[in-house]
Amino acid sequence: MSKGATSKRTGAPAPAVSVTAGPVLEISDLTVSVRGEDGERPVVSDLSFSLARGETLCIAGESGSGKSMTALAIMQLLPQPAARIESGTIRLRDIDRGDIDLAVLDERQMRRIRGDRIAMIFQEPMTSLNPVLSIGRQLVESIEAHTSLSRAEARRRAVEALKAVRIPEAESRLKQFPHELSGGMRQRVMIAMALALKPDVLIADEPTTALDVTVQGEVLELLRDLQREHGTSIILITHDMGVVAEMADCVVIMRHGRMVEQGTAADIFARPQADYTRELLAAVPRIGTGVGRQKSAEQKSVEAEMPGSVAVVNDLHVHFDLRGGFFGQVNRRVHAVEGISFSIAPRETLALVGESGCGKSTTAKALAGLVPYHGDIVIGGRNLAGLGRDQRKAVRRDVQMIFQDPYASLDPRMRVGDLVAEPLLIHGIASKEERGQLVAALFERVGLSADQMELYPHEFSGGQRQRICIARALALRPKLIIADESVSALDVSVQARVLDLLKELQREFGIAYLFISHDMAVVENISDRVAVMYLGQIVEMGTRDQVFSNPRHLYTKRLIEAVPVPDPAKRRPRFARLDQEIPSPTRKIGEDPPKLALKDLGNGHLVAVS
Amino acid sequence: MIAYLGRRVIQSVLILLGVSLITFALLYLLPADPVRQIAGRSATPETVENIRRQLGLDQPFFIQYWHYLISLLSGDLGRSYIQRSEVTELIISRLPASLLLMVGAILCELAIGLTMGLVAAVRRGTATDQTLMVASFVGVSTPQFVVGLLLLYVFAVQLGWFPIGGYGTWRHLVLPSLTMGILGAGWYARMMRSSMIDVLRQDYMRTARAKGLARGAIIFRHALPNAILPVIAMIGIDIGIFMGGIVVVESVFGWPGIGQLAWQAIQRVDIPIIMGVTLVSAFAIVLGNLLADTVAPFIDPRIKLR
Repeated sequence: MSKGATSKRTGAPAPAVSVTAGPVLEISDLTVSVRGEDGERPVVSDLSFSLARGETLCIAGESGSGKSMTALAIMQLLPQPAARIESGTIRLRDIDRGDIDLAVLDERQMRRIRGDRIAMIFQEPMTSLNPVLSIGRQLVESIEAHTSLSRAEARRRAVEALKAVRIPEAESRLKQFPHELSGGMRQRVMIAMALALKPDVLIADEPTTALDVTVQGEVLELLRDLQREHGTSIILITHDMGVVAEMADCVVIMRHGRMVEQGTAADIFARPQADYTRELLAAVPRIGTGVGRQKSAEQKSVEAEMPGSVAVVNDLHVHFDLRGGFFGQVNRRVHAVEGISFSIAPRETLALVGESGCGKSTTAKALAGLVPYHGDIVIGGRNLAGLGRDQRKAVRRDVQMIFQDPYASLDPRMRVGDLVAEPLLIHGIASKEERGQLVAALFERVGLSADQMELYPHEFSGGQRQRICIARALALRPKLIIADESVSALDVSVQARVLDLLKELQREFGIAYLFISHDMAVVENISDRVAVMYLGQIVEMGTRDQVFSNPRHLYTKRLIEAVPVPDPAKRRPRFARLDQEIPSPTRKIGEDPPKLALKDLGNGHLVAVS
Repeated sequence: MIAYLGRRVIQSVLILLGVSLITFALLYLLPADPVRQIAGRSATPETVENIRRQLGLDQPFFIQYWHYLISLLSGDLGRSYIQRSEVTELIISRLPASLLLMVGAILCELAIGLTMGLVAAVRRGTATDQTLMVASFVGVSTPQFVVGLLLLYVFAVQLGWFPIGGYGTWRHLVLPSLTMGILGAGWYARMMRSSMIDVLRQDYMRTARAKGLARGAIIFRHALPNAILPVIAMIGIDIGIFMGGIVVVESVFGWPGIGQLAWQAIQRVDIPIIMGVTLVSAFAIVLGNLLADTVAPFIDPRIKLR
């Protein structure tokens, strides 16, 4: 690494509070364009904002708004060679050398800025650290890249940085590799790496989007605390208005590469000026504000006299065996789902909530027949266990799935019309012409037009693709649709419309939903009943009102509390925190996890007692 | 780790047993009669039958195979029909030359292939990339004897830099190693390129750049170890391909290795030597794969040997 000019820092702590007035970073008329098949087009146009010392500026917007491109442009990390800064200036305040325009720096000069003056953390903590290098190595190298510290001193600094992000046993963590840490821990390591050199500006691009809510709270709190200590200015890029409300001093709302509105957080939330801001805020699902759907009990009773439940799950277990030892015998077991029971009535939406690894998706897969299980699954009054292959297939026709990623769940080589017709084909329903008519009707029903049937998946947006997935799930007229994080990947405005569509379809066809989500606000919006899962077991189950208005289990309370509220007035100084990381569901053979007993608190509100 | 190695060794023994059975069976079914080769054209039927009985070739297949296995256990690969000496000795005397050639060839192909792949990936889409990929394609698709003769003609005959054939100094090693290496280098270049391009796209590469690391550190410390993993697995498999190439290359360059030994033995239906060379090659392949798999966890800590 080049020394000399870059080694302006030598271990001495930077002054904690700077007295410089004026902005640290000032962006004016920034235009970034990307060269595509149809020529060059701007992805960020005429963007101007400034960032004061110690301030948190949130850039909020939906996908494609140009917020990430702005961040990458500041760092000069735009995807090469397609994207480039077309015009504008990015001024970084520099006391020694006068202001620097980052937009015109060459790679060599820029390298000295990156990591030292401006640091960046990214959305995906799971993939943002190099898997083959130890945590220590990765921390130390970024310190060494910008200072002339000795290896030992750099190591000491690395340990300090890990301690600063509240990683326990920092010293011994240096030897660990990224895969040995949880997502939250990895994001802390990223933050430690970014802040080790006490940069003036930290750019955090969706830093908590991939994390569970409880972990998200901890990371946000950590960022706030570190900012207070070091006086770092933060540019926080997020699509989550809850996070914006929780963190921002200033907010820039972006859409289609342009700034729609700019103001203080309080102003933006209380008095949004632009229509788009108002729409964006209106679309945000909120907990406890009662935007959830009306209890349509009367409406339901008209046709809801169908006997029994659509699906009954009784004492469901799903285990995955892990092999080891000399002969590769099974010696450990993942207790993914550990004895859960629930039932879903027609026209009912049961939500399964919980954090990653709690077994909610595995439950869905068992129900859809995608993983082997123990216990009973009864669909439409028929227990799957006692049926033959063909009968099972027929019964399973009543259960369809919609997955999380609308990009990955449609075969890119098939026309969307064929994709929607495929379930009919597999189950040998209807002739070719009839199928065409059915599919056309389905397209119309989910808000697409029939002439789009000939197109391929890549010609649709994320929201449209999810509609195609819904049409495909509807094709067999199922009684139950399992929606596994089906709206999580969508922008809020699209999300709201897809949720509305799901509700409409439920009213129209009387479908029951098993709605799996980590997003408590969305769950409150759509569900009739809620089951909270933790480590493969249900810890609390009841109607939406029971669970959200009167959560009784500690874990449920924490889950609800941890959700950032999209209102800066309700900003919390401290987030709800788990005492420890969620333990692993993997256990040795013979060491079965303790089974939680559920107690009825009245009206079917079940809570685990321990 | 120990358990893993133990299991792999047992697997390897089973593989070698399978190879020996299949080779033995194929040679047994061969229409060519080794006894005729030994006895010569003018031998009487009685002489032929005598030799056949002496060699135990009149016995049923499984008895023959059983005898072979028993002596194999004591490290005895039998006697050559033609050369009148122990196969074990023949192979041991020839093996160092072949191993040397193999090491030379592997070094050649790694040095050429990895460099080409790395440069092509980093300069992706440029003229350099295209030129290198065309070159690698030529390397992959040209038969080895053509490459060998071409190298001989240019560097030995015309330029006189290296000897035309034989064995002894490092100069003798260069052309045969290159001949064997050029084919592999083409494969490695293509593999390294795609693997490297894959790695360069990863999020952690962006992190490395965002940290302000120098280009060298980014490529050699962050990208290379990740990109090289599939290549290492390939080296293990590659040894098998070498064993095929070694027969041709050793013949072209007059290299006194087991390839030549095998070539001569095949011409004269000298079954014990063919069996011996096949088993040694199989052993080398099994060992190469085992080594490649054992090295992997040292490069990627996520790989656990179970």
